[in-house]
Amino acid sequence: MRSPGGLTIGCNLFLSKASTVCGTAIFNIFNEKFRRRICKRKGWQADNEQVTSAIKSGTPVGESSAETIVRILAGEAHLFHALIKPVERAVFVMLFMLLRNESDAEDVAQETFIKVFRNLRSFRGESKFSTWVLSITRNEGLAWLRKHASRPEEPLEPVLDDTSGDYTPALLTDWREVPLEALERKELGQHLCRAILNLPPIYRDVVQLRDIDELDVQETANVLGITAGSVKVRLHRARTMLQKELVPLLKEFAPASTRWGRGFFGRRV
Amino acid sequence: MKIDCKHVWDHISAYIDGDVDAALRAEIDRHLEHCEICSAVMDSTRNVVILIADERVFAIPAGYSERLHTRLEAVFAAGSSGP
Repeated sequence: MRSPGGLTIGCNLFLSKASTVCGTAIFNIFNEKFRRRICKRKGWQADNEQVTSAIKSGTPVGESSAETIVRILAGEAHLFHALIKPVERAVFVMLFMLLRNESDAEDVAQETFIKVFRNLRSFRGESKFSTWVLSITRNEGLAWLRKHASRPEEPLEPVLDDTSGDYTPALLTDWREVPLEALERKELGQHLCRAILNLPPIYRDVVQLRDIDELDVQETANVLGITAGSVKVRLHRARTMLQKELVPLLKEFAPASTRWGRGFFGRRV
Repeated sequence: MKIDCKHVWDHISAYIDGDVDAALRAEIDRHLEHCEICSAVMDSTRNVVILIADERVFAIPAGYSERLHTRLEAVFAAGSSGP
């Protein structure tokens, strides 16, 4: 099945959403967003978030992926819907970044989940279910690219190693924070999307898994088959490249009259 | 230990992730107190990291999930090659 949008490519993916952000809450949203990310990465995710997620996904509260998988293997196939809900988005985004085409990404996503279902018995629980699914997804995406090698595509192999290159940030003194509510402007999302897609593949991969899917360092390393050290080095360079590329473009999205920058994390206000 | 700007840039990503030890963090914080450039680099990098995590940057096609689960239902119904 193909998406009706068919051949939409790249940053046209950006769709505006109804704003849920109140202008007066920008500061709190920044803080909350960052706190959530830090907590998540440190494994401090609040219990109530897990409960909320379980309720949304239809999985019985307290039941782990492993327990759900046992039930699916015992014949309750319908539970597979809830099992994959949390990873549906990450699978699509990974495939879109690899294939750069919305329709192809959706097709391969469907095939990937069917493969996951048919191979569920081989999931050993040595990694998280989501990490296992993303590893399969990546393999499926790379296989698709090899199969369609006649079309213009990016190099499959790393084009840069982990020791070369100059990664210097954009230097500036007048940065003003761009609030999340600025994402209501389509152009901002397009700038971000394009900058990520334009990263060399080895850097784009870690940005996707760490900063978009919010996997931890070891999970990212497992999906990509590299060391945790390489994940950190690549992420550092990727973020520096994004900062350098985006800073000149993002300035116009910062609030004109309010300087958020210095006070946000306890430095000069 | 007194660190320079280049040294701070080398640790920006780890600093943002809370992955630097207490001594280095303190040094970086001291440097940021007086260095306008590094402060702005740190803030802008963190800002970029927060923005790209937002789901609005990579939106999913309308109906993606519904089509996926409909397809899966068809696979379940076929049954023969289940897990």
